[in-house]
Amino acid sequence: MESGDGRGAEVNWAAIRQDFPALATLARGKPLAYLDNAATSQKPAAVIERMRRYWVEENANVHRGVHYRSQLATAAYEGTRVKVQRFLNANSVNEIVFTKGCTEAINLVAHGLAAKGIIRSGSSVLVSTLEHHSNIVPWQLVAERVGAHVLPIPVSDAGELDLDAYRAMFQSAEVAVVAVGHVSNALGTINPVKEIARVAQEQGALVVVDGAQAGPHIAIDVQDLGADFYTLSCHKMYAPTGVGVLYGKLALLNSLPPYQGGGDMIRTVSFDGSTFADSPARFEAGTPNIAGVVGLGETIDYLTCLAGGPVDSRESLVEAMAAVAKREDELYNRTRAEIADIPGINVYGDVPHKASVLSFTTDWAHPHDIGTVLDSHGVAVRTGHHCCQPLMTRYAIAATVRASLSFYNDEADISAFGKAMHVAREMFK
Amino acid sequence: MNPELRDLYQDVILSHSKRPHNFGKLEDATQTSHGYNPLCGDNIRVFVKRVGDRLESVTFEGTGCAISTASASIMTDMMRGLTVAEAETLVEEFKSLVTAGTVADSFEDSDASALAGVHEYPVRIKCATLAWNAIAAAIHGKNETTTE
Repeated sequence: MESGDGRGAEVNWAAIRQDFPALATLARGKPLAYLDNAATSQKPAAVIERMRRYWVEENANVHRGVHYRSQLATAAYEGTRVKVQRFLNANSVNEIVFTKGCTEAINLVAHGLAAKGIIRSGSSVLVSTLEHHSNIVPWQLVAERVGAHVLPIPVSDAGELDLDAYRAMFQSAEVAVVAVGHVSNALGTINPVKEIARVAQEQGALVVVDGAQAGPHIAIDVQDLGADFYTLSCHKMYAPTGVGVLYGKLALLNSLPPYQGGGDMIRTVSFDGSTFADSPARFEAGTPNIAGVVGLGETIDYLTCLAGGPVDSRESLVEAMAAVAKREDELYNRTRAEIADIPGINVYGDVPHKASVLSFTTDWAHPHDIGTVLDSHGVAVRTGHHCCQPLMTRYAIAATVRASLSFYNDEADISAFGKAMHVAREMFK
Repeated sequence: MNPELRDLYQDVILSHSKRPHNFGKLEDATQTSHGYNPLCGDNIRVFVKRVGDRLESVTFEGTGCAISTASASIMTDMMRGLTVAEAETLVEEFKSLVTAGTVADSFEDSDASALAGVHEYPVRIKCATLAWNAIAAAIHGKNETTTE
């Protein structure tokens, strides 16, 4: 994580909370305490308003009209690509591909690497036991097609990847790709992706980092990490649903075959055969989610300016994300403390270096019952396997309760959570 | 505690979930079925000993939330001694109970009526019906059932 200069202390978080109109609503007649941010985040008013303005003032198709509105829409759409380049510190704007989500981005890479023969019969894709199903199943699908293997990097009891075991896997397998999450959605643990990438590349393997859960918490620098591919789930980082990002090193992207065929991705089309545009157009067949991408651009501006720095500045973004990390660490510790006096609570992934995700089971109630009690108090958490069944199997549990915090959560949210947890304990003990 | 929550987690439900009846494997079962709810990870197995047309004994084992465990416990109590046709009717009546809150005569004064509150919680209906779907599957000789 990149460090800031302590500017986080100056941020008025109570005022920032006011930027999110959803947080002022009720849930089951109670003030909403939204602690399901790892599933999706609420949206700033500025983003909602920017999308409304797009629909009213700019809506037209992109990349093809000579008319006024099409130029406005194209400028807004392509303007976001530049913002994402800065957000990820990518080398070129052409390394940024918009997808409909993080899942599609991973599928695109898996498909492309198999079609190009990088993932081939007898080769292996290493994923980790911590992975979300969306960073397991796409690899299984292509592996099955070409006769490759998908092997899990083991995870410790504490929720950290076993790097010794990881290094050893290169001795016994022909590793084509290593695909790991930056931040675990189920536990919040932050994986040492820079070291993972270094080892993989030494061994000639490509590295795909699933950044779905990192985007809202960490200033990401794809060049520093050394990732060959990096993916974002934008709705988890305060942008609209239906937008994902695939970053890839430019030469690699341009070496992959298209994922889908259609409009916007071609150079020439004839019945003798078609030729394809370079990245990013090559991977953006059809009319994209223009409004969503425009909303993403506004979200990146919002995050960049969160700690008071100027817009369009990487330094400002890095400072803002450092302030976010500091704030979320405090909220996590406060939430953890709120249930510390309740007996029989087992926290998973309770390591120092983690994002603000509190994942736990209890000895006295099933996570779903706790989820229902919390819900009746207006507290939104996720209960279940979090699309991480291999991880649940690893810990021999069916499900956890997951409270995932954002910088916009406050003392009242955490108190509501604590109070509802004590009610649940009284009910089920 | 708010009344809706109290309605869902009545004492009779909590009591069944903490100390389920007929819990354990039935060694001389003639039929068995596995019920799995992928959403929650509720995972139970229902055992039936059928003699002629009657369900002589019904037990279950497994893990799940309070609603699925209580519902399984109540189901095993109610099914014992019924004919296959009666059991099938009861399963359908139970589904109406938890999806629409309709209390059939069979459930008057029974612990099952305490599960009527589930119909206010659509995401929990599958928890309540799991064991009932499992016994229906067992009766029909299917050994797997899921909520999906």
